[in-house]
Amino acid sequence: MNIGIDLVLTDEVRESMQIHGERYVKRVYTDAEQADCGDDPRLLASCFAAKEAAMKALGRGDEPLSWRSIGVRRDAGGHLSLELTGEAAALARRRGIDTFHLSTAYHRAAAAAIVLAEGRGAP
Amino acid sequence: MSDALIEDIRGVLRDHARLPVDVEAISVDADLFAAGMSSHASVNVMLALEDTFDIEFPDRMLKRSVFDTISGIAAAIDELQAQAA
Repeated sequence: MNIGIDLVLTDEVRESMQIHGERYVKRVYTDAEQADCGDDPRLLASCFAAKEAAMKALGRGDEPLSWRSIGVRRDAGGHLSLELTGEAAALARRRGIDTFHLSTAYHRAAAAAIVLAEGRGAP
Repeated sequence: MSDALIEDIRGVLRDHARLPVDVEAISVDADLFAAGMSSHASVNVMLALEDTFDIEFPDRMLKRSVFDTISGIAAAIDELQAQAA
């Protein structure tokens, strides 16, 4: 089992939205995240923290990994899960990881995420 | 990599990397993440570099070694500008 954790300041996300606008949001967040989070910097910060925590849990080295290849999904009950696509999904397969557990927390000033990654391990 | 390119990169870092140290004091091969640049700040740096140099970083370049040093950033910009020429 691998663990990853990350913390993102809400003000940093707010500033990115102000400076780079839609280009920032579209470059970093999946379509589902954009729909779920809208323009709420706290929710976007929690998604970003989840992406970074997942990258750590994946044991990322210097592999290319776009932020959009790791997405946070929210079901109707508010339960969070991770959805990996593209290069992130390929890295998980190479690492032998097939299950992720995600928990996030946010406050006015910051958002945190922790990811547990499980699987049979690298072949 | 030219001195002008390095200076322009330092300017972007000064404005967007949120480094707790003077950018001028960072050598071109020093680790920017170790110097205090957060992962989220590296997004702002990437977008600002794209604006400044009229380039777009492809997904294959979205890796630590491209953004963790000034020299790495400069090499990536050189490559992208050469492709566009």
